Order: sequence, then structure tokens, then C-alpha cells
Amino acid sequence: MTWTDWPAMQPLLSEACWDTLYMVGWSTLIAVVGGLPLGVLLVLTDRGGLLQSVVANKVIGQVVNVARSMPFIILMVALMSFTRTVTGTTIGREAAIVPLAIGAIPFFARLVETAVREVDGGLVEAVQAMGGNTWTVVRKVLVPEALPSLISSATTTVVALIGYSAMAGTVGAGGLGDIAIRYGYQRFETQLMWITVGILAVVISLIQFAGDYAARALHRRGGGSGAAPRLRLLRDRTLAAETATAGTVAAETATAGTVADETAADVSKVA
Amino acid sequence: MITTSGLTKVYRSRGREVTALDGVDLHVREGEVFGVIGQSGAGKSSLIRCVNLLERPTSGTVTVAGRDLTALTGRGPRAGKELRQARSRIGMVFQHFNLLSSRTVQDNVELPLEILGRSGKERSCRALELLDLVGLADKAGAYPAQLSGGQKQRVGIARALAGDPKVLLSDEATSALDPETTRSILQLLRDLNRQLGLTVLLITHEMDVVKSVCDSAALMEKGRIVESGTVSELLATPGSELAAALFPVSGDASGDDRTVVDVTFHGEAATQTVVSQLSRTYNIDISILGAAMDTVGGRQVGRMRIELPGPYEENVVPIGFLREQGLQIDVLGPEPALVQGGAK
Repeated sequence: MTWTDWPAMQPLLSEACWDTLYMVGWSTLIAVVGGLPLGVLLVLTDRGGLLQSVVANKVIGQVVNVARSMPFIILMVALMSFTRTVTGTTIGREAAIVPLAIGAIPFFARLVETAVREVDGGLVEAVQAMGGNTWTVVRKVLVPEALPSLISSATTTVVALIGYSAMAGTVGAGGLGDIAIRYGYQRFETQLMWITVGILAVVISLIQFAGDYAARALHRRGGGSGAAPRLRLLRDRTLAAETATAGTVAAETATAGTVADETAADVSKVA
Repeated sequence: MITTSGLTKVYRSRGREVTALDGVDLHVREGEVFGVIGQSGAGKSSLIRCVNLLERPTSGTVTVAGRDLTALTGRGPRAGKELRQARSRIGMVFQHFNLLSSRTVQDNVELPLEILGRSGKERSCRALELLDLVGLADKAGAYPAQLSGGQKQRVGIARALAGDPKVLLSDEATSALDPETTRSILQLLRDLNRQLGLTVLLITHEMDVVKSVCDSAALMEKGRIVESGTVSELLATPGSELAAALFPVSGDASGDDRTVVDVTFHGEAATQTVVSQLSRTYNIDISILGAAMDTVGGRQVGRMRIELPGPYEENVVPIGFLREQGLQIDVLGPEPALVQGGAK
């Protein structure tokens, strides 16, 4: 298959693209639904937290650590029987969602934990002084105040999941990773591989851009100095970090551009 | 309105024990502004947090509006329903405002009402009414980040009042503000105290705050209340540190052969006339070296340092006259020496 076979490649690629988005979309949704409460619980059960419980904190923390330390490709294999009970199969995009989601839940939970921990304790105290219970604190303070960071965390999770989903291609999940491995590696069709790499880079850049844009818009609305002047220094650092992230994104986009250029160069050579 | 008795708070961390409150007995009367002053680390913050049980006291009781809050705590670390209900009737204002940056000013004020389960319409009505009360009706749609420090604290006060509390706790509410803004916030607290009959318990490390708004004050040191009482009671207490700090007088004798006397007025004597009466009766020239006076409830309180001509022996009679007026007199300098000399 060469560049002149675009009509043949195009449906293949677009189907793979949708498969990837389908897998990543569902697994992100599940990771957020599962990881958010887990991350919040990690903060609440910690020492000095509202639901302080050393045992619960240790258990959740340990589960998260074990799940995170497991290489995704092994997790996928280890979860096969579970996947079969849930989806009835171990092949295909539905089957891939199970290990993807389970791998992403602890990942997102840790990010949520960091984000929620940064919420000023004074706000929690204020809501408690109004007579709010723990649930009110979570719903009205922790989650809304951490929202910009949570969106950044979700973006990071999506990007990581795209990476994982490519790995899921090796066990027949379909998607861009599958194309890159089957055509690019096993059939030595380098161009097709580079196209998938290019598409992945573009998709990741777009997602990162959208996530950063949303997070920054929310952050700007809050102005980043709602609570305490003494926290401003810290917030500034966060801002600086964000700018740095934005810089990385720019770099990534640039890389993507280079890849595209290279692809174009390849194209011209082949042509 | 607020009574604490034998309030003790001990923090334990890694085997070490820190006693933040050591048997604090405090009594705040209904409708007064009560100031607790002390240096950082004196236990003020722990005290105010124990009043609404944000901090659970190790021992002792807290009674607010006739209700023993310490009895409502339950066994677990979490606040039960009754305690949360009681807390919603106690407003609290914070040093760093603690406004939610993700909500507009109006939504911040509505938050306590959301917790109380009021309907949307009622909430927004009440929030706008309160914002009007604190003079921020035009900022309802702004985010806290767009406000100045003083405006943020006004929002904080409006929010604290949303639950229609009888008691307002103020945790260093003006410490993060500049002097001008501090004055306007204190004025607002004073107005609210008068208009709504709100009992205010405030903690501060600034003597000026106590001086400008408080009816009563307590001095805290190392977790204990060292002095406590109404401003005039404090003045009437000989050697009161708080009174000395509230009404500082200074000034040295203009020469030898003078008697310097500190006169303390605690609202009993007709102060305006005392000095001129003294001058007329004994035909002596009196010069005022320094004075710190204030009018509280139509009565003058404060201290004045005056200088009488001649050594102490010559002024025994005029000083006796001042004592007869019910004033507290402290003679500076020569008197102790004289007494000692007489003892020999």
C-alpha cells in the first residue's frame, strides 16, 4: 500500500480514528466517574481530613498505587477474564474499554487528589461554620473550586488514554494503534505508520488545547485569588506552571508540525 | 449570649502536647461587641473556633444563646445535624474572607441559604437585601477576584448574616486590610451590632480594633484569659495591662519639683469639671501632659496624666481631693521613694 492508494487507506484510517475516539471517550467517562470520588475520598480520609480514617486512606491509597504501578499491557492481559464477564469478549473496542477504564481510574484519582488538596482549607472551614456537612463541602467547595485543575487532570488522562489505547491495539482492540502495529510494523508499511503517528499527534494537541483553554477560562473567571492574599504566591507559581504546560503544548504542537512536515517530505519522495 | 466555662484545648501531634486553651471562662453579654486581644499563639483562634465547635474542645463547655453546644457534638469527629443547625445560627467572618472564587458575590451570599434549603427566589431576595445592607448592591454579579479586600470582607459579612444569626464571630476580620478599610469594616460591624442587636465576638491582635468598637474586652496570654471586663471595668482595675494599652498616656515631668499623677476616669465622675475644679479649689496651675479619653455611652472614660507644681508632700491634699471624686490616682516617680523613706 503506498500513498497512491489513499482511497484504500482513507476508510481504514477513518474507521480506526473513530474506534480510538470511541474507546478513549468511554474509558475517560468511566475514569472520571470512578476516579473523582476516589480522589476526593483520598483527601477526605487523610489525616486531618473531614472523614479522617487512617485505615480507609491506606487501603484506597494502596489499591491506587498497585493499579498504577502495573504496566498497562500486563493489566490488559490480567483483566481478560474480567473483561469477558463484562463484555462477553476480549477482542474489539468494547472489550478494550474495560482495561482502559480500570487503568485510568487510579491515574485520574491521583490527579484529582492533588487538585482537591490545593483547595484552601479556609473555604472548607467557612462552609462548616455555615452548618454544611461533608457532602455539602464536597459538592459546593472542593469540586467547584478545584474545577480548573480537574479539567487539566481530565485532559492529561485523555492524552494518557490515547497512548494506552494504541497499546490495546496489540490485543485486537482496533483503533489507530492497531493500524500502526499491523500495517506499519508487521507489514512494513512505514508511511501508514507515520500517518497514524501524525493523526495521533494532531488529536492529542487538539485535546490538550481544548482542555487548557477550558481550564484557563474557568481560572480567569475565578481570578485565581478568591481566598487569600497569602496564597497569591502559591497561585502565581501554579500559573507559572500552567504557562509552562502551555509552553509544552506549544512544543508538542511544533513537534506535530515537524511530523507533518516529515510526512509531507516522505510523500514528495514517494511521489 | 456566649458563655464558655473551663474551656481547654490540647493539640496532640506526634506525642507532643500543646495547650492552646487553658481553662478559659468567657462571658459575652447579649448585644455587646466583645473583643479578645492577644498576640499570635495566645490561643485566640482556637477560642473562636471552639465557640462554634469548628475545633472540638478537649474539656469545658460552650453555651451560645442558652444552648450547650458541647452537648451536641456526638461521639464521632463529624458534626451531627443538631450542631450543624446551631452553627447556621452563628455567623462567622474570616481574616482571609474565604469566599468561593468559583461563585459570584451573590452566589457566595446565597451559599448559607442553600445549605439551609431555602428556595431559589427567597435566596436571591435575601442575598440582594444583604448586599444592599453592606453597601455592595452593585457588585452582585462580580466575582470575588474583581473586588478589593474591603469589599471582599463586606461580602464575607453579608454571607455571615444570611442565616439570620444572633451571634457573629469575627476571626481577625480586619487584619488583612489597610487602616482606612479597617475603620469602615469596623464601623459596619458596629452599625450591624446596633441595628440588628447582633452580639459580636471578635478576636484581634490590634488594640485599635478593641478601642474603636468593643464594649468589653479580654486579654489573652498563653491560652488563658488574663483580664476581662467592660472597658470601664478594666479601667477601674488597678494595674490593668489592657487599660494601659487601650488608653496609653505618656509625657515626662517638665522639671524637678513637680508631681506627675495619672488620673483614670471610668465613667463615674464628672470628668470635664474635675481638673478645673481642682485648679480653682486649691489655686494651683495644672498642666496636662497627656491624655487618652473616649466617650462610651455618654460617659467619659480614659486616662490623663497631669502635672502639679511642687513635690509630692505639697500635693497630698489636692491628690486626696481627686481620690474623693472617685477617681483612680496613680502617682508616678517620687511617691514610692517617699513611702520607703517614711518606712525607714
